[in-house]
Amino acid sequence: MFDFDRLGLSEALKYLGRARNMIISNMEEVPGRRVVQHLGVVQGSTVKAKNVFRDIGASLKNLVGGELKSYTDLINESRREAMDRMGQEAEALGANAILNVRFSTSTITQGAAELLAYGTAVIVEEQADG
Amino acid sequence: MDEQSIASLINYGGFAVLVVLTFFIGSVIERRHFRRIIKREKEVRDIMVFAIRRAPTDLVLSQPKLVCGNAVISVDYFKTFAAGLRGIIGGRIGSYESLFERARREAMLRMKIEARRHGGNIVLNVKFETTRIYSGGGRGAISVEALAYGTAYSRSDDGAQIH
Repeated sequence: MFDFDRLGLSEALKYLGRARNMIISNMEEVPGRRVVQHLGVVQGSTVKAKNVFRDIGASLKNLVGGELKSYTDLINESRREAMDRMGQEAEALGANAILNVRFSTSTITQGAAELLAYGTAVIVEEQADG
Repeated sequence: MDEQSIASLINYGGFAVLVVLTFFIGSVIERRHFRRIIKREKEVRDIMVFAIRRAPTDLVLSQPKLVCGNAVISVDYFKTFAAGLRGIIGGRIGSYESLFERARREAMLRMKIEARRHGGNIVLNVKFETTRIYSGGGRGAISVEALAYGTAYSRSDDGAQIH
């Protein structure tokens, strides 16, 4: 996710620390805080292809039914990656929160899917009266 | 029996065995999955989930945290066959309904578990999304991905903070 060689470790850690402080929510406002600046839509997406070897197990599961655990994990992992990219974009804009986050999934071909996360990058600050 | 009828017996016999076999195995797997879902749902019953867009003003809430849960569930061969038959006369396809129910309840359950892991006890603005997944090289086999996501908070009347 982060290019540690380019950033240098201390800077990368700082980056990670800041990314953790980023408020991510799918609601329009943050309780107790107010939005002081809108920075526009940010998005992150990944296109992932599945592994052929994982698919052998999946085609057996298609006979008897049940959860395709390897697919669940693959999609989950990819979606987090998309969210990370969205976070990085918001970070670059100087935002400290992403609000109204939505997800979208499209299957492109038989073996690949695109996972998209998008939201509005904003700057929020503590409300004076609380 | 002549040669041709033996050949067709082998052809359709194998198919019939597959349909009957996957019917039994598939329904056992489904029943067990539902039992597991019900058991785990009881464990996270204290986490409240709402589909409202705005936080109630009388609640004191912590910093928000986006949580999500997903599950990819596949149907068995028998259900694909039964749905194909149903497609001729039309109507409700019960076997696919249970597929979506399983996927969605499992996704919701995982979202609640993630909320709890971060110390949350209330999830607002829950949204669902369902996508068809192509798996097992096509052949008309259906699997669906259900995604549930929402914003988790910790109600601070019990002093907890989200992390």
